Amino acid sequence: MFDFSDILNLPLIWGILIGTAIFLYVLLDGFDLGVGILFPFAPSDECRDKMMNSIAPFWDGNETWLVLGGGGLFVAFPLAYSILLPAFYIPIILMLLGLVMRGVAFEFRFKSDLSHRFLWDYTFHFGSLLAAFCQGMILGDFVQGIEVDGRNFAGGMFHWANGFSVMTGIAVIFGYTLLGSTWLIMKTDNQTQAWSRKSALYALFYVGIFMAVVSISMPILDDRIANRWFSIPNLYYLLPIPLITLISFILLFKNIQNTQSEYKPFFLSIGIFALGYIGLAISIYPWIIPYHYTFKEAAASGPGLSLMLVGVVPLLPLILFYTGYCYYVFRGKTTHEKMY
Amino acid sequence: MIEFDPLILARIQFAFTVSFHIIFPAFTIGLASYLAVLEGLYLYTNKTIYKEIYKFWIKLFAVAFGMGVVSGVVMSYQFGTNWSIFSDKVANVLGPLLGFEVLTAFFLEASFLGIMLFGWDKVSRGMHFFATCIVAIGTLISAFWILSANSWMQTPTGFYIGDNGLLYPSNWLEIIFNPSFPYRFIHMITAAYLTTAFVVGGVSALYLLSNRFTEHAKIMFANALLITVILSPAQLIIGDLHGLNTLEYQPAKVAAMEGIWETESGAGLRLFAIPDPKLETNKYELLIPKLASLILTHDLNGEVKGLKEWKKEDRPPVAIVFWSFRIMVGIGIFMIILSFSTGFLYLQNKLWNSFLLKIWSYMIPSGFIALLAGWFVTEIGRQPYTAYGVIKTIESVSPSVYGPQVLFSLIAFVVIYTLVFGTGIYYMFKLISKGIYIIEEKEQFYAHGLESSIIQKENNNV
Repeated sequence: MFDFSDILNLPLIWGILIGTAIFLYVLLDGFDLGVGILFPFAPSDECRDKMMNSIAPFWDGNETWLVLGGGGLFVAFPLAYSILLPAFYIPIILMLLGLVMRGVAFEFRFKSDLSHRFLWDYTFHFGSLLAAFCQGMILGDFVQGIEVDGRNFAGGMFHWANGFSVMTGIAVIFGYTLLGSTWLIMKTDNQTQAWSRKSALYALFYVGIFMAVVSISMPILDDRIANRWFSIPNLYYLLPIPLITLISFILLFKNIQNTQSEYKPFFLSIGIFALGYIGLAISIYPWIIPYHYTFKEAAASGPGLSLMLVGVVPLLPLILFYTGYCYYVFRGKTTHEKMY
Repeated sequence: MIEFDPLILARIQFAFTVSFHIIFPAFTIGLASYLAVLEGLYLYTNKTIYKEIYKFWIKLFAVAFGMGVVSGVVMSYQFGTNWSIFSDKVANVLGPLLGFEVLTAFFLEASFLGIMLFGWDKVSRGMHFFATCIVAIGTLISAFWILSANSWMQTPTGFYIGDNGLLYPSNWLEIIFNPSFPYRFIHMITAAYLTTAFVVGGVSALYLLSNRFTEHAKIMFANALLITVILSPAQLIIGDLHGLNTLEYQPAKVAAMEGIWETESGAGLRLFAIPDPKLETNKYELLIPKLASLILTHDLNGEVKGLKEWKKEDRPPVAIVFWSFRIMVGIGIFMIILSFSTGFLYLQNKLWNSFLLKIWSYMIPSGFIALLAGWFVTEIGRQPYTAYGVIKTIESVSPSVYGPQVLFSLIAFVVIYTLVFGTGIYYMFKLISKGIYIIEEKEQFYAHGLESSIIQKENNNV
């Protein structure tokens, strides 16, 4: 039995790994959920075909990051897994059902008769919308903290439904819409692209408002968060984060309107998501269940984490390599024709 | 207000979602391997017919795989939502197994599936074949890890219990290769291949009966027949070995499977019985003397332990295990008889007009039923434990989960799954009735010409 606990800070390494996996999930499924949210608003059926084709080869892989996020939490922070999942029972189940609905819509849409294809268009849309909203609610309630007794969740059935979590739910919907529409700017052309630019601009406006509201309300929510950001010298070190975010917003605003710029909007949106995510991580660190357990306290035992680390070190780069390869194979603009 | 027992509801919910889920991987494990063989044949012989068959099955594969993915994501979260105490206790031991499944299999399958489905004109023929093989291998790796985890719950080894009540690993090899794992893994892979073979054979039989795509159907049927002739008797032997392993590690399960209450020497094989757990006996028993002892101990007068050896609360539910086992074995034996008699007619060249084709067309769901029945035997037979002999089911359920919550989600799962997967199966049948797309000669020439030419590559780069 090997155990690297003595030489490596396993909980920290795993915290970073799981954090990265969840972030990659948010980005990757974020843009395809975003495409789903935008779906019924597209100007034509041909647009919708293109939108669907632009994500069809990837959605499976994207959703796998969610399994890695959940599975990873089980492996590395079992205490967090066994407290957070019962705590968010209803929103998690709703999210999963949303993902089921949108996932099958990919396969069914192309196989159905034209006369009832609209059914799958809406299944795709509402499934995506539901999944995004639930993820946002879970996030919003998570940062507020939940009731815990010993190693178990001790709160009620509907603690996750409150004003703040509804707000973050809507915020995530707009966030994903921004990712989805900038993805479409990159992957489509002509009419679809022009429409995506309009949608992106619209989403950007709301993302800006929600990011501002969340940024202001987080420190008010908890003194510890306020202290983290506003105490001297932290303030000086952390000031670049909101500043870079602001600059990214301005750049994104310009690039969406610049018809020559096709790739930048998507990558700038990713940048904004990354900054928001880092901001959240800074606010919450070192809690994995705010404000009961730190990531160190919730970590699994050394041998398990060590074994998994031995696996992750070669496998994760390999996964990133072939995921990248798949994106490379399907690079360029998508068509609206059936692909298989 | 009615009291809802969260434990029972959580168990029903898990049984429902996992039963629904396993249908799809079972089919895709077999079909992925078949697709790899078909594409290999196509590349080797250059006959378009193999490509046409490939392109037909891949459509069904896509639907089944998609449904497998989405119902599988649900599973990975249900351990936590409904069984948080179990998750907390075993995570140090089981976590890495599931972690490795995601890292070594799920990403592999999901990524290369994209190329497999949409990549015909985007990558070279060799690369596409590589993608198909990777997906096929991915499904097997995935089965390896999940069956290792499941088998550990049946025959837990290589761990110790800490002072805090949590389980800790002491030997990874003993955990991964726990005593029942090799048997369960081979039994399940064989079952998946058989299930798929009977679907392929059944669909071909439908085409042959209606005189459609006969050329394709004959090839597909012969492929399926070859698999079932070899694997259906093999499965009987594997199953027997698996049973002996269960007798060694989980004798209570075997007692339930055989419906044996009293410990007996020279126990009979019950062909029919209605087990009555209250009176601790069987009604309407019909048995073949000494056969159960012969099968289980390979000795006519061998001793088989009866259910009464265990306290009432430590016994699995008897009737459902007993009957599920009979359904599985019954279908398995019928598969052997059908395969052999069909094989016999095939060799005599009398098959294509035979009534046996009709039976094959009815056999399409047979593999799935046998597979589910088998899982019922092993999972319900493990009760009242989640990790056999270590953690009871009643001690595994999330303490904070409320009855109405579980009931609501159970109803939601039943409604959505029935609608969604019902539609999926409807579309699969629609694809089957639509049939195989025959690639026109001109088109074929065109496609081949383009595949090898530089023009195509330039087009892709635009």
